[in-house]
Amino acid sequence: MKIYVLIKQVPNTTEMQVDKETGTLKRDGVETIINPDDLAALEEALQIKDANGAHITTITMGPKKAEGMLRELLGYGADEVVLLSDRVFAGSDTLATSTILSSYLKDKEYDLIIAGRQAIDGDTAQVGPQIAELLGINQITYVTDIVKVTDKSIVVDKETDDSIVTLESTYPILLTMLSEANTPRYMNVKNIVDGFNKEIIVATNKELNAPLSKIGLKGSPTKVKKTFTKEISKKTEKQVVTPEQAVEIVLNALKPYRKGLQK
Amino acid sequence: MFLTKEEELLHKLFEEFSIKEVKPLAKEIDELERFPEETVEKMKKIGMLGIPFSKELNGCGASYVSYIDAVMTLSKYCATTGVVLSAHTSLCAAPIEKYGTKEQKEKYLLKLNNGTYLGAFAITEPEAGTDAGSQKTIAIDKGDYYEITGNKIFITNAGVADVYIVFALTSPNDRTRGISAFILEKGMEGFSFGKSELKLGIRGSSTKELIFDHVKVPKENLLGKENKGFKVAMHTLDGGRIGVAAQAVGIAMGAIEEAVKYVKQRKQFGKTLSSFQNTQFVLADLETKTMASYLLVMDAARKKDLGLPYSKESAMAKLFAAETAMEVTTKVVQLFGGYGYTREYPVERMMRDAKITEIYEGTSEVQKMVISSYVLK
Repeated sequence: MKIYVLIKQVPNTTEMQVDKETGTLKRDGVETIINPDDLAALEEALQIKDANGAHITTITMGPKKAEGMLRELLGYGADEVVLLSDRVFAGSDTLATSTILSSYLKDKEYDLIIAGRQAIDGDTAQVGPQIAELLGINQITYVTDIVKVTDKSIVVDKETDDSIVTLESTYPILLTMLSEANTPRYMNVKNIVDGFNKEIIVATNKELNAPLSKIGLKGSPTKVKKTFTKEISKKTEKQVVTPEQAVEIVLNALKPYRKGLQK
Repeated sequence: MFLTKEEELLHKLFEEFSIKEVKPLAKEIDELERFPEETVEKMKKIGMLGIPFSKELNGCGASYVSYIDAVMTLSKYCATTGVVLSAHTSLCAAPIEKYGTKEQKEKYLLKLNNGTYLGAFAITEPEAGTDAGSQKTIAIDKGDYYEITGNKIFITNAGVADVYIVFALTSPNDRTRGISAFILEKGMEGFSFGKSELKLGIRGSSTKELIFDHVKVPKENLLGKENKGFKVAMHTLDGGRIGVAAQAVGIAMGAIEEAVKYVKQRKQFGKTLSSFQNTQFVLADLETKTMASYLLVMDAARKKDLGLPYSKESAMAKLFAAETAMEVTTKVVQLFGGYGYTREYPVERMMRDAKITEIYEGTSEVQKMVISSYVLK
């Protein structure tokens, strides 16, 4: 089985600085991590590899300095890592990003593409579904569990607002994973050492041939108009209470919002 | 210090693993004097039991520096876990790698490196500590096999280890020139374990007596040449010392980390302890000495990686790091005051754990003998 996992590098912070001119996130000087949902996606791919055997390639779009993180992906057990890096990609919104990633994937062979549901910096949850649309393949989003993998099809649990539905699909298919789906393993000493002997595959737009009108800042139909940090308007209170008192306090606090709440 | 990118990423793994898996168990295994079996099993899974050995030998092919970093990082949170790895790697797998035959490597080293087996090393006897030449355990050549009789004490990983490097006299009147090294397996007939030692520190590590009652050891289990065991022991301990030194540095780092947290929040006379110059000066001294120890340890490890002599370096690293660990932990307990003396905080455990690093794998006095022999050469 051939699996591609889409990985985004994200800043390790919840309060990001925004560049006021471009409306994009300032990434300089901030520690970066593998996006948690994407790590869950990689873990699912590794579990499939452990059980059935698979070849796992990760794809990341970003600057060359992402190399450190790419070595980590090899440390987890990815077979191959690809970095899509080009100045013309800079400032891409989700649609432009999806155009770039799908340009790379369109002539590749694969059974499964797994992405995280969303990134902790943008929180859009759009890139996975957009790529599936651009590639014209099946997709299942918000996957909480891969139940069964056979040569012919895959069965997964998908979370909806109020229930879990079990779905089966043939290949190829794109899944987006929730980080609750699993606990990512540790890297492995041997994989880390091996990873440093592997070459990172770097592709620029020369190889991808994505139309310049559809990528980068200029090719992005959406623009961030205004960004701000959430302000907490109400003061928080700290009380040390018994469990019974706590129930009382919570019920009182909820009263205005919900009818029929009973003790 | 100047870690390669690979060593830095490995460090990230060791740190994450230690914080999530090792730190939460440290107090419990100390109090219950329980060997952290589950942690060893997890270390095996991520390849930590064969870090510096080649891939042909089922190792990971990482540097000795990285292996030493692993011992240090584990020890920062739990010195017991650090010594389990150090005894396994430095004292059991390493001599088989250096002196073992192809068959011995296939039979034992492959399984030590992938974690199927855990290793131990046995030289100390009731009457032969620093004076290793006073060994009484004897190995009699019986033609097809050696028959080993005697006992060893204070053996780290005893009982839990599967493979033991054991030293015994093959030429009883020749003292150090009559010692040979053997590979023994747990379960060999006549090989049993005596009492568990009740210790001041590293209380989760298994320390027991080994008893050999006419144990038949096949000829092919002789490690190195007959009567050349003392050299095997000395060379093995040269490497082992870097491991113990790393353990000491880890303990010191862990104690400083705890101290920094504490002095920033503890208030006396209306100010945090960290705002008193005494606290600042004490921490400055401790940090400096710990960093100096770290550099000595890594210098020895890097020289070993490069194939340069490191015997003097490893002795200096162990001497300085062990004494630093003892000083750091004692002074950190003092910074904590009464709270530091209680088991509510981990610093008293660190102080108890630190003491062993001045004693095992060559006392501080032995290190001074080794160092001065190079200085006065």
